[in-house]
Amino acid sequence: MTTITKYRSPVQDGRDGFPQLLHAEWTKFRTVRGWVIGMIVAILVTAGLGLFLVAASGNVSCGSVSPSGSGPVQHGAACGGPPPLTLGPGGEPVTDSFYFVRQPLAGNGSITVRATSLTALSQGAVNTANNTPGLHTGTLRPGLVPWSKAGIIIEQDLSQGSAYAAMMVTGGNGVRMQWNYTGDTPGLSGAVSAASPRWLRLTRDGDTITGYDSTDGAHWTQVGTVHLAGLPSTVQAGLFATSPQYVAISTSFGSGNINNAVTGATAVFDHVSRSGAWPASTWTGGYIGGDTLAVAPGIAEGYHQAAGQFTVTGSGDIAPAIPGAGNTAVGHEPIGFFLAGTVAGLIAVIVVAAMFMTAEYRRGLIRTTLAVSPVRGRMLAAKAIVIGSAAFVTGLAAAAGTVIAATEMAHARGYAMFPVPWPVELRLIAGTAALVAVAAVLTLDVGTMVRRSAAAVMIVIVTILVPYFLTFTAAVPAAIGEWLLRITPAAAFAVQQSTPQYQQVQAAYTGGLGNGFFPLAPWAGFAVLCGWAAVALAAAAYLLRRRDA
Amino acid sequence: MSLALSAGQRSHRAWPETIHAEWTKLRTLASTWWLLAGAVALTVAVSAATVAATAVAPGLDPVKLSLTGIQAGQAVVAILAVLVISNEYSTGMIRVTLTAMPRRLTVLAAKAALAGGLVLAAGALAILASMLAGRLILPGHGFTLANGYQLLSLGDGPVLRAACGSVLYLALIALLSLGIATAVRDSAVAIGTVLALLYLFPIVASVVSNQHWQRHLEQIGPMTAGLYIQATIGVHALPLTPWQGLGVLTLWAAGALILGGLVLRFRDA
Repeated sequence: MTTITKYRSPVQDGRDGFPQLLHAEWTKFRTVRGWVIGMIVAILVTAGLGLFLVAASGNVSCGSVSPSGSGPVQHGAACGGPPPLTLGPGGEPVTDSFYFVRQPLAGNGSITVRATSLTALSQGAVNTANNTPGLHTGTLRPGLVPWSKAGIIIEQDLSQGSAYAAMMVTGGNGVRMQWNYTGDTPGLSGAVSAASPRWLRLTRDGDTITGYDSTDGAHWTQVGTVHLAGLPSTVQAGLFATSPQYVAISTSFGSGNINNAVTGATAVFDHVSRSGAWPASTWTGGYIGGDTLAVAPGIAEGYHQAAGQFTVTGSGDIAPAIPGAGNTAVGHEPIGFFLAGTVAGLIAVIVVAAMFMTAEYRRGLIRTTLAVSPVRGRMLAAKAIVIGSAAFVTGLAAAAGTVIAATEMAHARGYAMFPVPWPVELRLIAGTAALVAVAAVLTLDVGTMVRRSAAAVMIVIVTILVPYFLTFTAAVPAAIGEWLLRITPAAAFAVQQSTPQYQQVQAAYTGGLGNGFFPLAPWAGFAVLCGWAAVALAAAAYLLRRRDA
Repeated sequence: MSLALSAGQRSHRAWPETIHAEWTKLRTLASTWWLLAGAVALTVAVSAATVAATAVAPGLDPVKLSLTGIQAGQAVVAILAVLVISNEYSTGMIRVTLTAMPRRLTVLAAKAALAGGLVLAAGALAILASMLAGRLILPGHGFTLANGYQLLSLGDGPVLRAACGSVLYLALIALLSLGIATAVRDSAVAIGTVLALLYLFPIVASVVSNQHWQRHLEQIGPMTAGLYIQATIGVHALPLTPWQGLGVLTLWAAGALILGGLVLRFRDA
């Protein structure tokens, strides 16, 4: 008749929700000393390589020679370093060199011309067999490049980087209206010739400049209207001609050759007419800029006026400057360049992320883990969140530390970096952190599938690091490199591209040679990595549920 | 007395027996053969894809171009060599191995000889197949006699040097990896370290704008220096001669093996 009371353990029930699972995984992560050290190593090698790159970017041979004993060591242009950067009205580095045949224009007015010819010569190494790369001054060849340009321009003043708006004929891109270096709008298409001339007109009304084009001088089409804020009442207006350098890159195993050639464009104009107040009585010719591009001796810049016809020859470019080997702002690297050490840090993170899962299999801990949390997908999710967050913080610390330290060090050494706007800097830092985080999750997924750390580390490194390496060192032809940076997880390094590609500038927009340009937009490249990680996560969750542990 | 005799006999026969034991372990692992096949396949595939995507241009070295795949294939070779030792640590097998053969350096030497030998054989296959692909594909891409390019032939001195040197390069990469893996023991850490050592030097060298630093990094990097052996054009412009470059890699491999040997000898397994 005794009643049997059910046994109740005096210990309170433990809760087994997702937060507890997260807490358990976090405890596993933070209490393995080697993994925490691995993450710290990742931060240190990323920042360390970034600082090394800053230190190696100055002019070392110059810095070691101190003039007059203990005096301050000079860096930069005075030591034969790269020429200083010219900044445009938007604060971006620009190239501003052209031949200008000008008169002052007081107040509102307009200028109209007819262009009948645009030709160009190139002097330098053009891509032919058995030719040594580099500039050589012997041979002059026909050298019209797609962005050889000539036309009419209204400039705020004659200083470098001055605000402007221009209407022009180009070598291969038809009529364009361009303004303030980065603006570019297409007009009439097709090449200019005596049989098919192009009429160009610019009118100024206060701060507003409007460009028109026409094939016959009677029927005009408006190409664009731009506002140049703070334009003074008297501006410089007239004819210009310029032609950018020709760049060809050939990549061979482990080395890239850049063939540059200086080009000079010659344009013929007639039917020059003006309206408004033009106080000077004659035209003045002069070369604007010219520090950034060497002018080949065989290209005679200048202008010639006879019977209402103007022939203008110029060399250079009016366009945004592009950083990187073979480009117009060579020697001034943007901050993203100094994040190249991310690859080294990423290797450490990949090793830790692989072990975070494979160590469970190696030690048999996986059976305890799954006994505690029988819903296997939740365990994988908890692990992914913990390692992803830890890797994100690591990447954030590494990238932010590198950006801040490299900027400070460059400043201290007098090294002029290629400036980038602050939103781009933010994207570089956040993007690098996100890249490291998703790569860690991808590694965790692969580790879940293959269960062995060696195989997991190998697979992830071969799919992320090796394509990056093959492209960056120009080990494979650019065509293959571009393809690799589109489809492999290495596409995510696009988040580290600091400067945009401008369609109006032909340049070495390659990932190789340290130029750091990517075929995909930053977040599109990152999405490729996310896609790989998502597929791997799904496969890992499936296998984890289906296989015995 | 008979005990002493057998001990003497055993020490006399230690080397062939160790080799035999290590060979049995290596040959009966499925991963060994998969990794060797993977190394050959990756090397040949990347080489063939590279030559197929290249048009003739000034300064291109057809031999280097045909052997591009080695830069991807070496990663697999490194992993194979790492696993030769770190597998034993992860399974605890190392304690059995060292009980059976207490002379630890002999064990390491046997592993080095076998891993090196296997990689030499697989490397020869991969290099020959890559060269054959180059020989067949390159003439169709403008690398013809008219443009000053001979058909790739092993009878040509520099081509033979590049081919033999590349095979040796792969074997030295295996020894470097084995040495590092013996020192750090954990397979994931060892693979991360080896691949960082191989790939970081060329990546950093390619982004450093300073020529002086670029040259130094390429001279000391195990991969960059070692691959000078593949040059057949512009050899005089290289920072090191081809054989000196392979010598730098040999120093790296020897240093790693010595470090691994010391750790193995003086640390508990």
